[in-house]
Amino acid sequence: MAVRTPARPQASPQSAPARAPRRLPSLKTAIIAAVAYIMAVIFVLPYLEMLITAVRPSNQLYARNYLPTHFAWSNLTDMWGSAYGILSSLRVSIEIALGATILVLLVSLPAAYYTARRRFRGRGLFLILVLATQMLQPVALIIGIYKQFLDVGLLNLNPVWGLILVNGGFNLAFSIWILNAYISSIPVELEEAAMVDGHSRLGAMFRITLPLAMPGIVTALIFTFIAAWNEFISALVLTNGNDSPLTVRIDSFVGAYQIDWQHLFGASVVATIPVFILFALIEGRVVGGLTAGSIK
Amino acid sequence: MSDIATAEARSAEPGPARRPTRTLRRRLASFQPLLWLGPAIALIAFVVIWPIVTMIQTSFQNIDPYGIDIGSAGWSNFTQIFNNPVLPGILVRTLVWVVSAVGLTMLISLGLAALFNQRFPGRRFARWAIIAPWAASVMATALIYRWMLAPDSGVIYLFLHQIGLISHFNEQTPDWLGQPDVAMICMIAVAVFVSLPFTTYVLLAGLQAIPGDIYEAARVDGSSRWYTYRRITLPLLRPAFLVGAVINLMNVFNSFPIIWEMTRGGADYNMATSTVFMYDLKTINIGQSAAMAIINFALVIVIVIVFLRVNRWNNQEAR
Repeated sequence: MAVRTPARPQASPQSAPARAPRRLPSLKTAIIAAVAYIMAVIFVLPYLEMLITAVRPSNQLYARNYLPTHFAWSNLTDMWGSAYGILSSLRVSIEIALGATILVLLVSLPAAYYTARRRFRGRGLFLILVLATQMLQPVALIIGIYKQFLDVGLLNLNPVWGLILVNGGFNLAFSIWILNAYISSIPVELEEAAMVDGHSRLGAMFRITLPLAMPGIVTALIFTFIAAWNEFISALVLTNGNDSPLTVRIDSFVGAYQIDWQHLFGASVVATIPVFILFALIEGRVVGGLTAGSIK
Repeated sequence: MSDIATAEARSAEPGPARRPTRTLRRRLASFQPLLWLGPAIALIAFVVIWPIVTMIQTSFQNIDPYGIDIGSAGWSNFTQIFNNPVLPGILVRTLVWVVSAVGLTMLISLGLAALFNQRFPGRRFARWAIIAPWAASVMATALIYRWMLAPDSGVIYLFLHQIGLISHFNEQTPDWLGQPDVAMICMIAVAVFVSLPFTTYVLLAGLQAIPGDIYEAARVDGSSRWYTYRRITLPLLRPAFLVGAVINLMNVFNSFPIIWEMTRGGADYNMATSTVFMYDLKTINIGQSAAMAIINFALVIVIVIVFLRVNRWNNQEAR
């Protein structure tokens, strides 16, 4: 067998295999680029408005202009005061997202490895179970989750643990699919060669397969982190006050008599900007994991 | 130890007996999948299966607003929902919400995917820009739109006023989010906005899976660009299109944050879909809320099946 490089499970949009049938005339390219840039700006503008509102002086909050006469940068510093609770919610958000990410890694990696490398009884059944969970969302089960946690007493114990479990469970499928695809694409011969060299099977897995599957692992981790970070409805149902993550904290601004829009968007900036950066890192590989189950 | 068992399992599987202890080893090996898959199964059981069972139980229970179980309710939770006068409006609104949001998303995404599949300088950055609504939490995006539609200061009104589409921009400016029909249009627009990046990326991946030589051949045959797109690109894009559409159907049906943050479902649920209605029932009567969740389950399955049926039908007709 010829040397086979591990193929990526899904052609990344970056790799652009679509050969342009012919060289486009430059005017055409310019028009396409212009339209694409306009679209890009339309997609970003709302978030720009979020940034601008976060630093609007309070006496110009409802001013009828795109930009205030000056920026109140102090909004971004005073929002950390304990009255707003953004700091404690940030901590909760980090705990939930990190906890869910670690949980998903520990649980999905063995499952993905085993289903990619072995054929055994119940394999198909397991993969169908995983696909079924991918079809479900916390919203659809939220009443059951709420009642279950009420019955188990997890609600009073520590909602953060409950949310780690919920987020871990609902992001497991994505992670298993994408890791399964990556591991399957790595030739088993590489592992066997390492075992001939004296490594154990687990040693071969850790030294050969996992490093090669690293792009998939990183994608799965970042995706889970973002999904858990952004998750809203189960956090809304299961937490309140200082136990709540940023999404619920932002929502609580809306319940107030007078919405404090600057600080609401200040918190939104904190909740959004890290996610933009993380998402840009994995952007090309996410689609593969989200659609893998349904295409195969 | 697990290494030995693994090696044994491999050699034991295909061939006949080679060692006297094979049955014991085999029995051990048959438990091996559980070792690797067990944690995943346990997590799914706790987070997905248990809530489903609990939800079904709850839908037949009579639970008072303080959370005390007063006993079995039989089917009364379901009948009370079906007898609720707000239900028909909610179902119609849900259908309009799902069909128009998914339809518009798919249509616009086809254009966006074709656009971003072209080569132009700075494409990478432009693609990064369009993922913003996908990366951001939907509730934050919904709140930004609510703010941009704030009466007498929202920048959307300001812009429309400047280009002459809205004549007044003062205290008398209509509050779009306060009028149920207009608010629904606004919220559907937001649903489309947050669904576009994912859908565009799915279609882009589909476009890039189409081999370039097909276009080469079409070009040699002298087909026009539009003809090529209609007769070659669209049919080959079909699998990606269907996957994108089905995932969007489920996402949009289950969408809660947009309506919740922009209008909280309105007065008497006049801006609520069935998902928002289910959530709202939770505080009033959790048994009915669980029943509504089960009805939603059925609705989503019906919508997806109808969609796939209609699609297969169209496909056969086209042939």
